[in-house]
This record gives sequence, C-alpha cells and structure tokens, in this order.
Amino acid sequence: MARLNVNPTRMVLTSLKKRLKVAVKGHKMLKDKRDELMKQFLELARENKRLREQVEAQIGSIYSNFVIASAVMSSEILNEALMYPKQGVSIEVGRKNVMSVDVPVFDFTTTTDDTSNIYPYGFANTSAELDNAIENLSGIFPEMLRLAAVEKEVQLLAAEIEKTRRRVNALEYVMIPQFQETIKYIQMKLDENERGNQTRLMKVKDLMVKAAIEEKQEKTQAALDEYSSK
Amino acid sequence: MYKIGVIGDKQSILGFKAVGLDVFDCVTKDDARHTLREIAKEDYAIIYITENIYAEIKDTVYEYNEKRLPAIIPIPGMHGTQGIGIQNIKKAVEKAVGADILFNND
Repeated sequence: MARLNVNPTRMVLTSLKKRLKVAVKGHKMLKDKRDELMKQFLELARENKRLREQVEAQIGSIYSNFVIASAVMSSEILNEALMYPKQGVSIEVGRKNVMSVDVPVFDFTTTTDDTSNIYPYGFANTSAELDNAIENLSGIFPEMLRLAAVEKEVQLLAAEIEKTRRRVNALEYVMIPQFQETIKYIQMKLDENERGNQTRLMKVKDLMVKAAIEEKQEKTQAALDEYSSK
Repeated sequence: MYKIGVIGDKQSILGFKAVGLDVFDCVTKDDARHTLREIAKEDYAIIYITENIYAEIKDTVYEYNEKRLPAIIPIPGMHGTQGIGIQNIKKAVEKAVGADILFNND
C-alpha cells in the first residue's frame, strides 16, 4: 500500500495519528450501520417478494375476469360503464427514517366511504364478471399500495447499503492501511534521525575527550620536563 | 395530497380507472416515456406501469430509482406476468448484498 506523500515531521505525525483514530472510529460506526441496514433490508426484501407474488397472482385473476367481461359486453358499453369513476383515491405521503434513509410511507383515503357501492355504473347493461373484477381490484388495492411502499423502500435501502459498503471498504482497505503505513514511515524516519543525532553527539564527545586527554598529557609532559630540568 | 397514476395499454388499465386511479393509456414507448416524465413532475406518489411497457422504458424508470418520490412499480399486464417485478427485487438484493441470497432455491 502506497504511503501518503507527506513530510516526515512530528507535527504531521500527530495529525495523522488523529486522522487514523477518526478513520477507525468512522469505520466501526459505518460497519454497524451497514449491518443494521442489511438486517432490515433482508426482511423487507422477503416481504416484498411475498407481496409481489400475492399481488401478481390476484391481478392475474382480475384480468381474466376482465377478459370475460369484455367478451360478454360490447366495448362501447364497457368503456361507458367505466368512463366516470365514482371512487377517487388520494394518498398522503409520510416519511420514515430508517438508519438515516428517508423512506416514504403511503396512507390512502378513498372519497367514497361506502365500500359496497363502488361501481360507477348501473347493473342493467354490465356483466357480473365486471363487478367481480372491480370488487377484487379494490380489494387488493391496499396490498398494491403496500407493495409500492415496500418496493420503494427496498430500492432506497439497496442504494444506501451499496454506498455504505463502498465507504466501509474504502476505509478498511485504503484509508486505514495508508495511514498506518505513513505513520510507521514517519516514526521510522524520526527514529533514524534520532539515532543519527546520537551518533553524531557521541562522535563529538569522543573528539572532545580525546582533545582533553591530549591537553592533559601535554601539561603532564611539560610539568615533567620542568621538574627534570631543575 | 398525492395521486396515483397507472400507465399501460388500454385493455390492462381499464379496471384501475374504476377504482379511482388516474390512468394514462400509452401505445408507443415514446408516448409512455413522455407520459411518465410528465406525471413524475406532478403530484404522483405512486406510478404503476404494466410490465410490457416497463420493460421498454426501463432506462427512464431507473432515473427515478433513487429519488424518494415517485415510486414506480411494475404490475403485470393483460398478458400475464413476465417476472419483471421479482427480477427487480433480485437485482436490489444483488446490489446490496453482492450476491443473490434470497432466491437461491428458485
């Protein structure tokens, strides 16, 4: 792993150590976030799968009712029957916070309260299959809404998990090793400087001691010479 | 107040009109793309699209994937399900986990 291109000074070392600490802490927290997201995501994905299978099966049977209805009735009458819907649907969108992912929550209200009378047509010209189809359709409507909410949540969570996973990996395999490498490099460089300094001092001391000894010897010699010449 | 839209071929979406959803029947894929863009700008929180059309305008749908609203949800059309919805869940799982761990037994 390449180390960062920095000056090997004590100041840089301290700041790097601080950054490493932050990175490690951040990595731990992101990892926790990822794990928790994953847990919730898997649960949701399972529910999503179940809901989708259910809704698809039911819609399939509704369509077959519709096909029969459109075969029994002329298309003009069918169109006319469904031209003006009696029931209106509006939804409220709330928000839910799942591990800092903003997820929509749907809550729907229909404009007619009477669920037994949702048919926008008189029964004279229409077939029973149409009634069935429409009744079933309004029956699975809450499920379709749940499906929409869950599916959206799954999509959003999947995107968030991918992002978090990338961050975790970037920290774990790039940033943190880089910091460690650089810190080690700077420490070694500083130690090397320290040792260089030490040897230099020792050398200088050696020279000084040598000079002092020589001086002393000269003095002794001089004293001896003086004594013997007397 | 938000609304719910349905995009699809006329046959498939007729019933949804009766239960009070706003339906937009589209024949060509450019038509559908245009409609989707238009209604995504408005107050539609959920847009159901029949699978045959969904498959054709996938690239446009994916642009809305990471937005909070609208939720664009494929539903089977008249001709039965093509498994696009399940495929989408699968893809999301693969994206998040890195491997498909939910649908192994299928």
